[in-house]
Amino acid sequence: MKVAYFPGCVAKGNCPELYQSTARIAPLIGLELVELKEAPCTGAGVLQSQNPKLADAYNAKTLALAEELGLELMTICSTCIGCLRKSNKKLQEDEAYRAEVNALLKPGGHEYHGKANVTHLLYVLINEVGLDKLRGMVKKPLTGLRVAPFYGCYILRPADIMGLDDPDHPTSLERVVEALGATPVDYHGKTRCCGFPIGLENEPAAFKMAGKHIGEAKDKGADCMVTPCPLCHMNLDLQQPKASKYVNRDLNMPVLHLPQLVGLALGVPPKELGLGKHIVSTHSVLAKVGM
Amino acid sequence: MEQVIFRIQRFNPDAGDKEPHFQDYVLTDDDLPLNESTVLDALNHIKWYQDDTLAHRMSCRSAICGSCAMRVNGHTKLVCRTQVSSVVRDGVVTIQPMRNMPIIKDLVVDMKMFWDKMQAVEPYLQPSDPDPEKERRQDPAVFKQYEFEATCIMCGCCVSDCTVLEVDDAFLGPAALAKAKRFVYDDRDGKKRERLQKLSGPGGIWDCVRCNECVQSCPVVVRPMDAIIKLREAALREGIGTETVGARHVKFFTESVVKTGVLDERELPMKAMGMGWALANMGTALPAILKGKIKPPPLGRHKVEKAEDVQRIYKELEEKK
Repeated sequence: MKVAYFPGCVAKGNCPELYQSTARIAPLIGLELVELKEAPCTGAGVLQSQNPKLADAYNAKTLALAEELGLELMTICSTCIGCLRKSNKKLQEDEAYRAEVNALLKPGGHEYHGKANVTHLLYVLINEVGLDKLRGMVKKPLTGLRVAPFYGCYILRPADIMGLDDPDHPTSLERVVEALGATPVDYHGKTRCCGFPIGLENEPAAFKMAGKHIGEAKDKGADCMVTPCPLCHMNLDLQQPKASKYVNRDLNMPVLHLPQLVGLALGVPPKELGLGKHIVSTHSVLAKVGM
Repeated sequence: MEQVIFRIQRFNPDAGDKEPHFQDYVLTDDDLPLNESTVLDALNHIKWYQDDTLAHRMSCRSAICGSCAMRVNGHTKLVCRTQVSSVVRDGVVTIQPMRNMPIIKDLVVDMKMFWDKMQAVEPYLQPSDPDPEKERRQDPAVFKQYEFEATCIMCGCCVSDCTVLEVDDAFLGPAALAKAKRFVYDDRDGKKRERLQKLSGPGGIWDCVRCNECVQSCPVVVRPMDAIIKLREAALREGIGTETVGARHVKFFTESVVKTGVLDERELPMKAMGMGWALANMGTALPAILKGKIKPPPLGRHKVEKAEDVQRIYKELEEKK
């Protein structure tokens, strides 16, 4: 399967291990990535308060690039998929607005017709690769590994824009975790916010959120967490030492990106998945699955 | 569905309860037709025929009064418009009181904090011009700007599901902020700037994480998070609170993206927060640099191909402003 690939800013910035591991597993799951090198940032909900039309125009450009290729647009970030789908819905439903936005794209040689569909690696694994097939690809089943899924807000909510899983009781990550041979861990915080967006504005709240969720996962016996969102990853891994201070407990919880977990089960050497680049060491995870 | 277990959180401090606990009630199709019943029907049946010590709020049964908000399987809903069949999981429906507010008894919470926050945003029209002889007329196009927020039924669902309130009770929260937006976007109001000034302070518009929980749980069409983003937009447009971290965050985010097409999330915090902050946070950056995760700027800067097109779109929009 061939997809128009939108890695997003963070996978090429603070989380290079996400970009690296996605590229590494793609050929193994029969996925051809056509990276959209001209596609700008989705606005992440921030540009939207500066000027919503600016964010929609940038997203329309990305959607047009995918439409021109005739391919489904795949992200590897919960925030990116949410912003792109939100703009897409507006552009698809409001033709007059789409014409206004297209007038902005035109000098750059693009026009969006409303035909693109935005998905995420998580849903590609489930809907395109298929869990049975994925199960068959597993070379090193992650037997005994207890994995706490952490979704990231926009991949689930709001349902009228996303609609790819049940926003209250999602199962996508759990099903992938199971297909890889690991055991999913259920806990309250898995669908909540990691706190990342207000790390600057309200540091105590932002890191208490992260610390609370990690602590809950730990209390439920998780060996590690897995997330389809690099922004969540920044708050859960990069900022875990701070989060730990705010909730006043030792956390020491490895947090994996989704393609890293997949890669491990497919037998990719940990180094090639960038697992050495995490702030919280992933050694305990590797030891548990016998690597 | 022949039978459903309703797992209800009970708590009665007057009877000496120290902690909430769960109690199971079983209803069968002989009690009431479960496939055609709402969760509220079930609660009423339990209270009227099984256990009259159970406390829950209800009134209109038509999703208008907003009394019967509570958590069903973890998320907050009006139980009068929630079908049992849509929430039953493995034969069980779990019912708990709203979150983020103290419990009075069972499923009844003390909504004082909700009303205090609502009061804090002065949820009434404050015109600055003298009273007209007959009425203040409004262009329907202006009403369209706040028609969704005007539909709030004050049920508290969004406040209960708010992720920020779970860790910071100083936050004004989705309901009060959506109400504030309703007045900021009402051209009959004369206090727009004062309101925005106040809303830009601590606990205000910049403390929302934009998690969409409130948009998801709102039983009408308010979409509180979208309202908060509109308030941010208004504050930036009016040049209010430009020195707040939130406004600086947006400013430098925009600067980065319109220049290169990419957000440089290493440089953004340094610019928004200043060098003092950057030095104080070296403890976060340094291990990441040493592990080869993050490159110290100016290394690792990149841009999208044809970034000039991204700049052009921005310029065209700015000129139209």
